Amino acid sequence: MHNFDFVKPSSIAEAAKLLGQDGAQPLSGGQTLMPTMKQRLAAPSVLVSLTGIDEMKGVCMGDGGLHVGAATAHAVVAKDAAKHYPALAALAGGIGDPAVRSRGTIGGSIANNDPSACYPAGVLGSGSTVVTNKRKIAADDYFQGMFTTALEEGEFVTGVTFPIPAKAAYVKFNQPASRFALTGVFVAKFKSGVRVAVTGASNNGVFRWAEGEAALSKSFSADAVKGLAVDDSDMISDLHGTAAYRANLVRVLTGRAVTAAG
Amino acid sequence: MPKDHGIGASSKRREDVRFLTGEGVYTDDMALHGQTYAVFVRSTVAHGRIKSINTKAAASMPGVLAVFTGEDFKDVGGNPAGWLIKSRNGEPMREPKRPVLAHGKVRHVGDVYAAVVAETYQQAKDAAQQLADDTVIEELPAIIDMAKALADSSNRVHDEIPDNQCYDWGWIEDNRAAVDAAFKSAPHVTTLELVNNRLVPNAMEPRASIGEYFPGTGDYKLTTTSQNPHLTRLLVAAFVLGIPENKLTVVAPDVGGGFGSKIYHYGEEALVLAASKLLGRPVRWTAERSESFLSDAHGRDHVTKIELACDKEGNFLAFRTETMANVGAYLSNFATVTPTFLHGTLMAGPYKVPHVYVNVKTVFTNTAPVDAYRGAGRPEATYSLERVIDKMCRELGLDPFEVRRKNFITTDMFPYTTPVALVYDTGNYHATLDKAMVMADVAGFAKRRAESAKRGKLRGMGLSTWIEACGIAPSHLVGILGSRVGLYDAATVRVNATGNISVMVGAHSHGQGHETVFAQIVADKLGIPESSVAIVHGDTSKIPFGMGSYGSRSLAVCGVAMTKAVDKIIAKGKKIAAHMLEAPEGDITFADGKFSVAGTDKAKTFGEIAFSAYVPHNYPLETLEPGLEETAFYDPANFTYPAGAYICEVEVDEGTGKVDVVAFHCADDFGNVMNPMIVEGQVHGGVGQGIGQALLESTTYDENGQLLTGSYMDYAMPRADDVPFYNVDYSCQTACTHNPLGVKGCGEAGAIGSPPAVVNAVLDALNAGGYKVDHIDMPVSPGRVWQAMNG
Repeated sequence: MHNFDFVKPSSIAEAAKLLGQDGAQPLSGGQTLMPTMKQRLAAPSVLVSLTGIDEMKGVCMGDGGLHVGAATAHAVVAKDAAKHYPALAALAGGIGDPAVRSRGTIGGSIANNDPSACYPAGVLGSGSTVVTNKRKIAADDYFQGMFTTALEEGEFVTGVTFPIPAKAAYVKFNQPASRFALTGVFVAKFKSGVRVAVTGASNNGVFRWAEGEAALSKSFSADAVKGLAVDDSDMISDLHGTAAYRANLVRVLTGRAVTAAG
Repeated sequence: MPKDHGIGASSKRREDVRFLTGEGVYTDDMALHGQTYAVFVRSTVAHGRIKSINTKAAASMPGVLAVFTGEDFKDVGGNPAGWLIKSRNGEPMREPKRPVLAHGKVRHVGDVYAAVVAETYQQAKDAAQQLADDTVIEELPAIIDMAKALADSSNRVHDEIPDNQCYDWGWIEDNRAAVDAAFKSAPHVTTLELVNNRLVPNAMEPRASIGEYFPGTGDYKLTTTSQNPHLTRLLVAAFVLGIPENKLTVVAPDVGGGFGSKIYHYGEEALVLAASKLLGRPVRWTAERSESFLSDAHGRDHVTKIELACDKEGNFLAFRTETMANVGAYLSNFATVTPTFLHGTLMAGPYKVPHVYVNVKTVFTNTAPVDAYRGAGRPEATYSLERVIDKMCRELGLDPFEVRRKNFITTDMFPYTTPVALVYDTGNYHATLDKAMVMADVAGFAKRRAESAKRGKLRGMGLSTWIEACGIAPSHLVGILGSRVGLYDAATVRVNATGNISVMVGAHSHGQGHETVFAQIVADKLGIPESSVAIVHGDTSKIPFGMGSYGSRSLAVCGVAMTKAVDKIIAKGKKIAAHMLEAPEGDITFADGKFSVAGTDKAKTFGEIAFSAYVPHNYPLETLEPGLEETAFYDPANFTYPAGAYICEVEVDEGTGKVDVVAFHCADDFGNVMNPMIVEGQVHGGVGQGIGQALLESTTYDENGQLLTGSYMDYAMPRADDVPFYNVDYSCQTACTHNPLGVKGCGEAGAIGSPPAVVNAVLDALNAGGYKVDHIDMPVSPGRVWQAMNG
C-alpha cells in the first residue's frame, strides 16, 4: 500500500468539498477499495471517509418508501429494514460474511457497481431512486454497465429510496470461490407490474429481464417463466460457468424467487 | 470405558492451548534486532528470455541495502531432485538445474529472477517494482498443455530437453506383454480418460524464512516454514550454498500447515541466508498469499487413461494406465517420485488383480512446480481405479459393492505381493467395507433417495475402497528405486535428573499433534504422567537427524524410533535398579513406573532410578556410564498399508447443478490407534480436502500460462458449509506386523479415499435421474454438472 491522507468529514457538504481535491477518492466501507490499495492497484492520495456523516446513515420509512443512507452497513440494513422490506433485509443479510456486512455499505456497493454484487439487483429490481449529493437518479438510469454508473465527477451517493412492493424476494447462486453472486435475481411485484433484476450474469452488469417481467406480470407464478428462453448472447462466460449456464440460472432463480416471494 | 491417559486415550492436544490463545510462535512472529526485509521479483510471464536487468535505479532507492539477480547465484549449486527415476529404455531422467534465482530464462509466472533487501518492507516493495520496471524479458510462447509439450520439440521449457519430458517410466516393464495379452483376451474392457486436477496447497500460514549470519563464529541460522528441517539443512549446506553442515542451524518453529508444500527447499531460503551474510543483518521474508498461489509447489495434475479388463461377472483381470504427470517448470525435491513410486505401485488397489501395468510420462511445462500434496500419488491411483471400477459396474449392470467384495484380497492371502511389487503385510478389506455399509445404512438408501426426490433433488451414493502405502519408507528399497536419501527417523529420549523427560524427535509437527500423542506413548511405556514428557522438534541444533513429516510417517517411523529409545532407557534402568536393589539384572522387572525384584516387594521408582543415574553415589560406575539418555534410529522394514471404505451420499440440484455432500461415512483400518480424537481429526481434515478437490478446487492456467485462479476470488476452498458432519470409524484394526506399535498412519487417508467416492456419488445420482453421464472431471462444479445434464 502506498501512503495516503485520510479525512473523515461529518457533513455531505464538507465531504463534497474535500472530494474536490486532486487525487481524492471517497471511501465508504472499503470492501473493494482497501484490498485494491493493498495490492497497489490503486493509490489515491486522499481518502475521504463517508462513514462519519450522520445524515448518510440509517434506515427510515418516509415519502416514497424506505430510505437507506448510503453509509449504512449491510448488517444494519439486514436488521433494521426487516420489518419494512424483508426481501431487501434478506439480501443485505446474505452479502459476504459477517465481517463484510459490518463494514460494507450500500452506497459503496452501488457506486462500485460490481457486476456480481447483490445490491444492484435489489436497487434496480425495486425501481428505487438513488440520491446523490447533487440530484435524484432513477435506478433504471443509474446502472450503466459493469463498474459504470451515472455518477459524475465529484458526485457521490448519499442514499437510496426503495418503494415497497407487495411481494419480493432475492435468490442468488453463489460463485463457489468468492461467494459473490454467480447469478442473482431480485423479483418484486408492484401494482404496476413485476420487476426482475439480474446480477452476476451479464457483461453489461445488472439488468432487467424483460421477458420474465412480462410473463410474471401476467401470472406471478414460477410456472410462468419455466419455458421462457433467456438470451445468453451478452452473458458472462468464465471459469465458473458458461453463458448458457448463467442464462439457465436466470430462469431457474427467477422461478425460485417467485416461489420465495409467496 | 475409554482410556483417560496413555496409548489409546483421546488426550487433548496440548499444543492447541498456545495455538488457540495466540501464543504460537511462527516464523513471521519473530522480531530480530537489526532485521531487514527481502522482497522477491517474480516473472509476470510464463516463459521468457531475460534480456537485461538494470539494478541501478532500484539499488539507489531509499532504504535499499542490496539487490540480487540470477547472475549472483549462477555459480552456486542447484536445488536437486530427491529421486532419480529411470525411463523404460534405461535412460536416466532429465534433471535441469533449479537455481536460487532464475538466470537466463524465466519459466513460470511467479518464477523469481531478482530480489531486493531493504530497511523496511515498503521500501523493498517499492524497489522490487522499480526492478521489475527496469527488466527486459522477451516473452516466448508458453508451454502449458502436456500433450503439446511432448509433441513439440521446437518450444522447450529447458533448452537442453528437446521433448520437455523428464522421463517415460513403466511399472513394471517386464509385465507389459502379459498385461496386453490379458486385455486382448478379456471378455470386457472398460476405458476411462480423466484428469486429476491440479491443487494449490493453501497452508494457512504462507511460507516465511529468516536468514541470520553470526560473523563471530561463522554460523548461519535459517528459521523457516519447513516440514523437515534436517533435509532443508542438508540441501542448503551440501548442494546449494556449500555451507558446512555443522555451521548451519535450521529451525522450523510453529508451522501453520504444510500438506506437503513445506517439505521442499525453496530458493527464497537460500537467498535470505546469502543476503544475511552479505549484510551482517537478519534478512526476513514472508510470502504474500498471491506469492503462495504462484510459487508453492502445487499438487496432483495428472491426465490419465485407465483401462480395466474383466470377465462378465466383474472379476478383474488387468489394469492398464497411461498417465501424463505435470512437474511444472522445475523439479521440486520429491516431484519425480510422486507420480511413479507413490502412484504406480498402488495401481493394484486392495484387489487380487493378476496383471497391472502403469506408464507415466512426466512433463515440464511453464507452470509452477508440482510435487507431493497430501496423499501424493496415492490419491491419483485411487481415483483412477475407483472411478473405472464404477464405470465398469454401470456398463455391465453390476453392483459396485459386490464387485469390490469379490475382488478383494482375502485375509488368508497376507503377506500379499501385488503385481506392482508391494508386499501388503496385513489388512481386512471385507471388514471395512461391511462396517461402512452398516454405518451408511446402504439398505435404507432407496428410501432416502425417494425422500430427496420429494424435495426435487437427485440423490446418489458413491463408494471408494482405498489402500495406500505410507510410513515412508524402507531405505534399502527406496535406494534401489532411486532415492538420494534414506527415510529412517530418529529420536532421543533424555530422562532429566528429576525424572521428567525431554524427547527430541526428527518428525516435525505442523498441526498434527505430535506433542500430545508422542508424550502419550512415552508416558504409557514408562508408567509416568503425560505431563512429565515434553516433545522437542523442529530445531537441527537440538534434535537428532530425522527426515521430517510427510507420507503419514511421523508415528510409524519416528514414533517407533522413539519407542526403541524408550526400550533402551528401560534396559539401562534395569541395570541401575539391579545394582541398587542388590539383585541379578535378570530378576528385575519393569511395570507401572517401577523397577521391582521379581517375587519380592523390593522396588525402585522410575524417578529414583533417574536421580541415581545423574547423582551416581550408589551406582555401578565401573560397568555402567552415568546419565539416562538414549537415541534410536529406526528404518522401517516395509511400508505400512492403511486401507478402508468410504461411502458418500450427495444431492444434486437439477436446476443449478449444485452438488451437496449430505453424508460421508469412513471405515478405516489404521492398525492400532494411539489417540482416537487426533485420528478422527486427521480423517476430517483429509476428507475435507478430498471434497475440496472433488467439488471445488481448480487450478487453471490459461494458454499463456497466467494463473486464472490465483486468489480466493476464483480458487474455491472448502468451507464449513461445503462439508457434512463426518461419520468416522477406525474399529477395524489389523495391526501392522512389522513395527512394535502396530500402527499404520492416518494423515493422508481422507484425502486419498474421498474424491472418487464423491464423484461416484454424483454420477450415481445423475444416472439414476435419467442422465446418462459416464464422467465429469473434477472439480465437479455446478456449471460442469449442469453441462453434463444438458450437454
